[in-house]
Amino acid sequence: MYLLILPTALFFGAFFVLPMARLFMVGGSGSMGWGAYAAILTDKNYFNALLATLGIATATTALTLLISGITGVFLQRHKFPGNAALVAMLTLPLAFPGVVIGFMVIMLAGRQGLIGQVTEWATGERVVFAYSMFGLFMGYVYFSIPRTILTVMAATEKLDPRLEEAARSLGAPPWRVVVDVIVPALKPALISAGAICFATAVGAFGTAFTLATRINVLPMVIYTEFTMSANIAMAAALSFTLGAITWLVLALARNAAGSSVAAAG
Amino acid sequence: MHKMRKIRKIRKLFLLQLAFTLAVCAFLIVPVVLSMLAGLTVNYIAGLSSGLTLRWIFEVWDGYRDTIFRSVGIALACLVVTLLLGVPTAYVLARTRNRAARWIEELLVLPIAMPGLATALALIASYGALRGFRTSWGFILVGHVLFTLPFMVRSVLAVLQSIDLKTLEEGAASLGAGFGRRFFDIVLPNCRQGILAGSLMVVTLSMGEFNMTWLLHTPLTKTLPVGLADAYASLRLEVGSAYTLIFFMMIVPLLMAMQTLARPRTTKFIIADDTPVPDAKP
Repeated sequence: MYLLILPTALFFGAFFVLPMARLFMVGGSGSMGWGAYAAILTDKNYFNALLATLGIATATTALTLLISGITGVFLQRHKFPGNAALVAMLTLPLAFPGVVIGFMVIMLAGRQGLIGQVTEWATGERVVFAYSMFGLFMGYVYFSIPRTILTVMAATEKLDPRLEEAARSLGAPPWRVVVDVIVPALKPALISAGAICFATAVGAFGTAFTLATRINVLPMVIYTEFTMSANIAMAAALSFTLGAITWLVLALARNAAGSSVAAAG
Repeated sequence: MHKMRKIRKIRKLFLLQLAFTLAVCAFLIVPVVLSMLAGLTVNYIAGLSSGLTLRWIFEVWDGYRDTIFRSVGIALACLVVTLLLGVPTAYVLARTRNRAARWIEELLVLPIAMPGLATALALIASYGALRGFRTSWGFILVGHVLFTLPFMVRSVLAVLQSIDLKTLEEGAASLGAGFGRRFFDIVLPNCRQGILAGSLMVVTLSMGEFNMTWLLHTPLTKTLPVGLADAYASLRLEVGSAYTLIFFMMIVPLLMAMQTLARPRTTKFIIADDTPVPDAKP
């Protein structure tokens, strides 16, 4: 029976385990030696990129959890006509790759985008922010909302509505019900969904690539190191570190939430 | 009096939440609709009044047809490989629930946690020198299999864990069924649902994969998302939109099938014996 797993083991060993080990070695083979792995902290450019990446990922996670928390609980608790249609629309972008998300941001906030047209009509000045850090942030939130809403809805379904009713009948105002009953009950789901948001925002490349090459987040820096400066060792060291960060976040979340957590996209 | 005020307050809260949800919905859907329209209008800036056209769609078809076929080809090849590798792996993992099995499962999921750039660089650093392999679409396929295999394994494993596989197999074995017979007549039919869900997932993910593919591709092995990035960067908005529209047409049906499958089957009509059967709605 164990022979059945052999093809997968061979494939995985040859195309993942060995290449990852090789990537690690390449990272230490450049002009900086193993110091390349420290450069992410000591080199000002890389460190700033790291801070920007972690910052945008944190902001994405916070806003996505807030938006999806409110919408997800609302849609699960109130079944009104049109509810299913709303859920279908909110989960439509689930399978959009990063490049397409970037294009959606351009449709909204790009040079010929909707926000630009509306602001020009209203104030005479065209507001365009798609190609900046804020545009990237908007893209990541766009990308994360659908999957987070699904997680929140699934967790809310298991939450006993009688708990909320009990709190309400004891005189708790709505915000107390949210803070003391709903959020604690959804905590594992929020942690695992949040970790996925964070990890995807840290490692995503397609959206930043579509929006601009000037946005200095780590994936873009890695790409520039690899293609423009042909500094393969640095690119390897940085991407290995990036992988370690995402893996660590997901592992921590899994420990905290106690369920399986995996990023996608 | 007090009660009335309370009801009004609850109603206000409901409407606020509804408005918020509708706003989120608009944020997600408006750009999709705009880009679909842009792909079909003569001049997007001039607006719909400039007329509708299929010109941009044809332009994409002429210039990027090969990327569409290549992406479908890679997605199907990826499906075949993940089925061949993933289903037996899920079976072994389902039958052996020990520490080693859990470790293997953990390890298999790693490529999803890794940023696509890291995996792609690792593959290039290891196999980039093999020119024939590097320049073939097989190189992209390897990346896609790494990324999608965990989804197939998990989806099949979830189904296998929900049934009592051991008893079923022992029953068959006691009737004289050999291993091959048991695998094809008991295991496979039982995990049909998981295989179907996993297959849809694999094809959808492979068709949209960009993070890895952008580094793995060569000018002769462009996939659909790579072509999209090309079009966004260098062609007019209408062409990029038309290209995106084609991509939507391919990906949305897959997504809808996946969601239908994921929905738990519920009995829709419970009709007591004495109530007349209502007419089906036209």
